[in-house]
Amino acid sequence: MNTGLNSSEPLLRVEGVTLQYQTGQRLIRAAYRVSFSVLRSDRFVILGPSGCGKSTILKAVGGYVEPIEGRILLDGTAINSPGPDRVFVFQEFDQLLPWKTVRENIVFALVAGKRLQRSEAVERAEHFLGKVNLTNFADSHPHTLSGGMKQRVAIARALAMEPRMLLMDEPFAALDALTRVRMQEELLELWEETKSTILFVTHSIPEAIRLGNRILLLSAHPGQVKAELNCPGTGESDGVARMLATRIEELLFDRKIEEGGVHA
Amino acid sequence: MPDRPETIHQVSENAFEVIERPVSAWERFYGNAALRKLVLLLVLAAVWEISARWYGKSLLLPSLSETLKAFVDQAGPLSQAAAWTIVRLLKGYSLGLLLAIVLTAIASVTRIGADFLETLTSMLNPLPSIALVPISLIWFAVSENGLIFVLVNAVLWSVALNTYAGFRGVSPTLRMVGRNYGLSTVGYITRILIPGAFPSILTGLKIGWAFAWRTIIASEMVYGVSGEKVGLGRYINDESNLSHTPGVFAGLLMVILLGLAVESLIFKTVEKRTVRRWGMET
Repeated sequence: MNTGLNSSEPLLRVEGVTLQYQTGQRLIRAAYRVSFSVLRSDRFVILGPSGCGKSTILKAVGGYVEPIEGRILLDGTAINSPGPDRVFVFQEFDQLLPWKTVRENIVFALVAGKRLQRSEAVERAEHFLGKVNLTNFADSHPHTLSGGMKQRVAIARALAMEPRMLLMDEPFAALDALTRVRMQEELLELWEETKSTILFVTHSIPEAIRLGNRILLLSAHPGQVKAELNCPGTGESDGVARMLATRIEELLFDRKIEEGGVHA
Repeated sequence: MPDRPETIHQVSENAFEVIERPVSAWERFYGNAALRKLVLLLVLAAVWEISARWYGKSLLLPSLSETLKAFVDQAGPLSQAAAWTIVRLLKGYSLGLLLAIVLTAIASVTRIGADFLETLTSMLNPLPSIALVPISLIWFAVSENGLIFVLVNAVLWSVALNTYAGFRGVSPTLRMVGRNYGLSTVGYITRILIPGAFPSILTGLKIGWAFAWRTIIASEMVYGVSGEKVGLGRYINDESNLSHTPGVFAGLLMVILLGLAVESLIFKTVEKRTVRRWGMET
């Protein structure tokens, strides 16, 4: 058994995982023998075209989908159900409980699993609401907030739960372009403070490069690992990022790079 | 393309006639729906009073003042009758709710249970509950149980169907969020599914109550139930048999007042405090 104390060991190991799900009459194979490892404090991005099974992989890590082949280990222990140690942030704006105020949404997440006393939970909720600049909206109900604010509450809620991993399923995809860039910056700032381990799914190459320190590229139908790349990080010049983007495009669209031939 | 010059305009600072002003008293009055309706009600009352007096046959059309006088004179027996009706109604309504919960639970767990609920609902929902009075007379004779049987039928189907639809309508995202919290199964149902389905549940409760209220007044008229427990429906019927028309009107007034009280005071208040506050109106 792995004790989980050895911090050089990966926090999450996905080993040869094949996933499928059923929609009505069809059985869809979403991912085929996908393997990767996430280290502590990684900002690990899964990038791929729609239909590459990236969301399904994230759901499997969340414990909502069971692999038909392979295994997923968190700190050496197999994942078999959803739990508060892996908190999801979804793309949909309806992920907040509409019948609770912003503050109560966070407090409830903390006391629901009987993990915190109410007074502690309130204190922590206030703290994280401050971090996402929503202190003034603590007593509002979610339907009165804008899309970006709702996503910030969802992120604050996820961080307040202090999970071992943050699972983010295209949380900024439904936002307008300006808000999206702001949210990406805020997320990086929050990460600088908390150093949480983030597993982030997106189909946007710029977003992957801006947020990730390591990027897993998936092919479509069913998703297979195409590459695992290092990402220079935000401090680097635009030139490095642009080169990485070109490389990712070439890999995703199957252009030959060895011969340096096709550069559209 | 023709050559178009760019233009830059000076925006005026204080040349407006009005930027903001308080609305006039008339505008405030006319903007208030409750006041408008009150005035309408007063006009109708005046028309009733005048035409009834002009007609002058209180046996056929008692005036408003006669009706109100009967309402006050008969306040004792009238409120007694209302009390019996409400007690019966509450018995039938709560039994209906209980059965609806059981039925919804079964429907939510098994597919055959869902089929059962859907089939039975589509069969029995279009059947006016009052149509069950003859059969309930055969099964239960003239007893309160017969009335409750009819009431349960009025409540059960609309509540069960709406609750079930509400549970099914809880969004997949919300379900996943709920499962993410590490709640127990009971906690998941009571803290996530029931509030998530609450708008539909409330609609079911409202429809069920409206059906039940109409059904009990109607079936009490047919039924009567044994002597001392005279309900509102029976009261109206008795007054009619005595040719005491103001009493009939007073009974109808009571039915209207109680119905309004529950439907607009209780349900509206619940709605305002929950569904509307949460932005979950359907």
